[in-house]
Amino acid sequence: MTTSRKRFTAPQRLLHWLMAICILSMLFIGVGMVSTVTSKYLTLVQIHKPLGIAILVLALIRLSLRFVFHAPVLPADMPRPMRLAAELSQYVLYALMIGMPLIGWGMLSAASYPVVLFGSVHLPSILPVSPSLHTLLWHAHYYLAFAFFATILMHVAAILFHKLIRNDGVFEAMAPVLTHDESEI
Amino acid sequence: MPQSPLSPGNLPLTRLSVIAAVVGVVVISFAYTAGWLTPKRLTPKKLVASLAPPGGPALGHRRNHAKGICFTGTFEANGNGSELSRAQVFVAGQYPVVGRFNLATPNPNAADAMVRVRGIGIRITPPNGQEWRSAMIDAPIFPVSTVQDFYDLQMASSSKEPDAMKNFIAAHPEFTTFLGWAKSAPWTGSYAEERYNSLNSFVFIDNSGAKHTVRWSLVPAAQPVSILPDELAKRGPDFLDQEITQRVASSPQRWSVVVTLSNPGDPTADPNKAWPVDRRTVDVGTLTVQQIEPEADGPCRDINYDPTVLPAGITTSDDPFPSARSAAYSRSYNSRTAEEKYYPRNATGGKQ
Ligand code: HEM
Ligand code: HEM
Repeated sequence: MTTSRKRFTAPQRLLHWLMAICILSMLFIGVGMVSTVTSKYLTLVQIHKPLGIAILVLALIRLSLRFVFHAPVLPADMPRPMRLAAELSQYVLYALMIGMPLIGWGMLSAASYPVVLFGSVHLPSILPVSPSLHTLLWHAHYYLAFAFFATILMHVAAILFHKLIRNDGVFEAMAPVLTHDESEI
Repeated sequence: MPQSPLSPGNLPLTRLSVIAAVVGVVVISFAYTAGWLTPKRLTPKKLVASLAPPGGPALGHRRNHAKGICFTGTFEANGNGSELSRAQVFVAGQYPVVGRFNLATPNPNAADAMVRVRGIGIRITPPNGQEWRSAMIDAPIFPVSTVQDFYDLQMASSSKEPDAMKNFIAAHPEFTTFLGWAKSAPWTGSYAEERYNSLNSFVFIDNSGAKHTVRWSLVPAAQPVSILPDELAKRGPDFLDQEITQRVASSPQRWSVVVTLSNPGDPTADPNKAWPVDRRTVDVGTLTVQQIEPEADGPCRDINYDPTVLPAGITTSDDPFPSARSAAYSRSYNSRTAEEKYYPRNATGGKQ
């Protein structure tokens, strides 16, 4: 699943940065909404659901692009544990980008709530009404949200490490624009 | 490409601290957003906890309006509501309803005669799936004007401080209007004889896009018969449940669904203030209760009568309560559905 290209393709980079903004916003919106009783609560919930589903759609597109264009090879001199961590975190991030929205959607279905995206656009229920399923998914959504946040923090720390300490081109592979002269192959 | 070899000896500390700073700023903003740095913020958790009786909440049950009984029936729209809202529930036709009669107490075993406020939750499901849920009470006004006041009221009434309630009332004269109702309004012997009011205002959007700020009520077809509280206290602890079960078994019970339109300047954001009685009303249809079922294994048990579950054509207004209620009901729902084992799913719910 790698390519000799040094950088991700433009559509892959675009999706990466778009989704980075969306997901980070989602995490903030999520913890923000469950901690307030003001009218912000409803506003945030009304953003949380459609934005979460948008992330699901974008993640599926992104996964397909990954199968078509693959990812650039990691630098040859990267130590094995670091390489392993890099690869593993990519699996975890994909699983969460696809899993979190499905869990959210399933959680609402199991609680017999309509899944309203906006106005009259509703999603169908994907699970039967069940308190035990709801509880399972509610706990999963909660704990995975924090796992997601932690993974993103590590991802950010790692990429800054690549850029600021190793300066090995891993950051440039996904950088939206190149800051210094480098040929795009 | 320039490479700097990775040996601990020459790790540039300033660069590492840049990384730590970026991560730190994100973590702190996250903690702030989640309310962890602002313990004074009124969270759904605090609001729901404030409702609990001294011994803690009744596990597996609703955190308020904990005592109740399920019903099924229909809402028959007469078409008049379509003038005000484009929601499908107002198009003439008959739509299924799952509802719940209930008492405003966090104690599921409270004696019926001891609870002043009675309520109803309804969920109407038209064919397009755009549900209209509503939870209403028989009081004509809400005890307080703001969500913070509601929290303060719970804190005062559960406080060990002898003057807590006196001080609350002194600081919240609007509460006395509610007390006046609670002291003087007649009691009835039946859920079927109550009028239930939304109290909160909502916005109806009609086909032209025009908005109308409204409240609604269920007006009973049954004639209310006033009974002294002492008389009610002599009936069994569950007389309301028994009465409504027998009554509905012998004939379906009906309510008119009446929508009241506000005039400009009416207090739409304050459920403690009634609107003048001359406001225009529109009768939009009839709620018919056809069958009663116990809550423990009944169809209303796992429903959250969240007042913000609204069809396209109805939205929330400037009233701050529905948002707070939605946040609190969700919290209560999450807790009670996770505590299923304390409230078994059989006809008696484990009661002996
Ligand atoms: C990438 C996608 C998503 C992320 C990162 C995310 C993140 C979060 C976070 C951080 C919370 C707060 C957890 C807590 O502190 O209790 C939350 C709560 C919630 N999310 Fe999501 N979410 C996502 C997708 C969705 C979707 C698609 C839906 C529904 C369609 C959804 C529905 C909910 C609901 C209903 C809650 C409130 C849970 C509660 O009642 O406590 N989420 N989410
Ligand atoms: C900030 C103010 C309020 C708070 C914190 C609050 C809290 C709650 C909670 C926690 C529940 C249980 C929800 C569940 O587990 O499904 C509940 C139920 C209920 N509330 Fe409220 N409530 C508030 C205002 C109101 C108002 C203004 C009304 C009426 C106009 C109302 C009427 C009801 C009714 C009828 C139920 C029972 C619904 C059912 O049968 O499930 N509440 N409330």
